[in-house]
Amino acid sequence: MGQITLSSVTKSFGEVNVIPPLDLDINDGEFVVFVGPSGCGKSTLLRLIAGLEDITSGQIRIDGTDATDTPPGKRGLAMVFQSYALYPHMTVRKNIAFPLKMAGMDKAQQDAKVENAARILNLTNYLDRRPGQLSGGQRQRVAIGRAIVREPAAFLFDEPLSNLDAALRVTMRQEISELHQTLKTTMIYVTHDQVEAMTMADKIVVLNAGRIEQVGSPLDLYRSPRNLFVAGFIGSPKMNFITGDQAARESCVTLGVRPEHLAVTTGGRWNGTIGLAEHLGSDTFLKVVTDEAGELTVRVSGEQNLHHGDRISLEPQADRLYRFNADGLAL
Amino acid sequence: MVSPAVILLFLWMIVPLGMTLYFSFLRYNLLMPGMETWAGFDNYYYFVNQPAFWSALTNTLLLVGGVLCITTVGGIALALLLDQPFKGQGIVRVMVIAPFFVMPTVSALVWKNMFMNPVNGMFAHIAKALGMQPYDFLSQAPLASIILIVAWSWLPFATLILLTALQSLDREQMEAAEMDGASWFNRFIHLVLPHLTRSITVVILIQTIFLLSVFAEILVTTNGGPGTASTNLPFLVYAQSLLNYDVGGGSAGGIIAVILANIVAIFLMRMIGRNLES
Ligand SMILES: Nc1ncnc2c1ncn2[C@@H]1O[C@H](COP(=O)(O)OP(=O)(O)OP(=O)(O)O)[C@@H](O)[C@H]1O
Ligand SMILES: [Mg+2]
Repeated sequence: MGQITLSSVTKSFGEVNVIPPLDLDINDGEFVVFVGPSGCGKSTLLRLIAGLEDITSGQIRIDGTDATDTPPGKRGLAMVFQSYALYPHMTVRKNIAFPLKMAGMDKAQQDAKVENAARILNLTNYLDRRPGQLSGGQRQRVAIGRAIVREPAAFLFDEPLSNLDAALRVTMRQEISELHQTLKTTMIYVTHDQVEAMTMADKIVVLNAGRIEQVGSPLDLYRSPRNLFVAGFIGSPKMNFITGDQAARESCVTLGVRPEHLAVTTGGRWNGTIGLAEHLGSDTFLKVVTDEAGELTVRVSGEQNLHHGDRISLEPQADRLYRFNADGLAL
Repeated sequence: MVSPAVILLFLWMIVPLGMTLYFSFLRYNLLMPGMETWAGFDNYYYFVNQPAFWSALTNTLLLVGGVLCITTVGGIALALLLDQPFKGQGIVRVMVIAPFFVMPTVSALVWKNMFMNPVNGMFAHIAKALGMQPYDFLSQAPLASIILIVAWSWLPFATLILLTALQSLDREQMEAAEMDGASWFNRFIHLVLPHLTRSITVVILIQTIFLLSVFAEILVTTNGGPGTASTNLPFLVYAQSLLNYDVGGGSAGGIIAVILANIVAIFLMRMIGRNLES
């Protein structure tokens, strides 16, 4: 079980109110990702759930019981830290066994669990090494191993992949997803990388300055962002926002169109000159300075032979236009 | 190619050591200067075979060991306390360091006259206020009293080194252990102490060097007495060469002290030196 409910939770550090009243339901077995810009309170929220920070007011319920004042060790949650937080003077085996030892489990049972976790995470050959003798990815796996042996109600991850290189990040991302498939335990995952959010989450929670902007499945957020912030945050490259005449024509204050929903044609709605062309191979991102709508980012297939200075015409997909009112809310 | 600095340092060390070694083989009495004759190992023989020698040897080791125990245990405790966030942290930290700046002679005199004096000392007043008999620390328990005085002046050193080590302990590690269900005591045993071992080793090694040669505190408080109850090797060397005018015997004692220091150093390095390797 791993059902977590936050009701009107707030957090202030002294005078500074970091989390205004916030409600959130996390269902058993869900993979929930917190995303948001740096400093928006993702880590703080996760630490509140973990019990590492005291909440200023409100209530946290885990599996139906009030856990607001339960110390972190008793909440049945396991956390994987950004810095891994491995115990440097203990071997990998001892690191993984530490929570079991603290729970007073007998030695044989500990060993069995550690071996099992090591097998799942491909760490069997490294059990007698110290953290200092492991690569970043291996350390990350040890940290995950230390979390899974406890069979927690939920896993909490705070940007666990941000110290890894790009290639390893992709592999570890898939490993964590697979782990979730196997264990079917609730996972709460903090990241500011929206690719991680989109690929891993069952449910994404978009945070901005401590407030929840929107909660939903990755495709929900992509297809129907509730406001400008979510629209701009989810999707890469960022959605283009157009104001002024062109927006007024669509009877809104801000008109949003994603780079992938703009087609290069002849006689399209907007005409302009390519300022910058980023060739990624499969795709090309164009920055086009248009006469009517300012600068637009366009995503075209890598096959197209377009370069700096070319003059092109763009046509948005009519059913993929996002309209926002003066308050930034989607219409 | 040996650099000039190394040569200078070598001379710096070898000249006094060589002269001490040379004097230790002479019959050299300050009352009869210019009458030195070769004495062979006589000085060593007489120095070791005086009754005071063995008590001085044990006193030296007791003094070093006692002060080390108090300062490391006390230092860890104080460092843990000072690591907690509280109001007026800066001031308290300066105050804790203060004893280190007091000269050994001064601190020993303050302790002797203002705290431990059986008539006017603060401890005597407290004892009297509680209706107890004042205790004459320096004559009843001279060595223990000196250990207390020396430990008091070395405690700040240990505290400071251990405090900086504590502050370099990764917060996330502590939080991870907390999540893992470790109690405060378990976190201390499994995380804090292992993290501190290197600093504890440094504290022990550095203090040992200085504690082997404690002298001023003994001179101004008990003068090595009563009898030889608080005489350590350096004090015995002093008594031999300057109170008995026997420079030869004193030098022999000095050489013995050097040998003892080396034995202790080898012993310590064997025991805890590997903590210094990363
Ligand atoms: N101990 C603290 N004392 C005071 N303010 C704090 C403390 N911890 C965090 N904050 C503030 O709370 C806000 C949220 O911090 P938090 O660490 O949760 O951000 P984050 O979303 O995790 O950012 P990042 O993506 O950079 O990790 C920040 O403005 C930060 O300055
Ligand atoms: Mg963070």
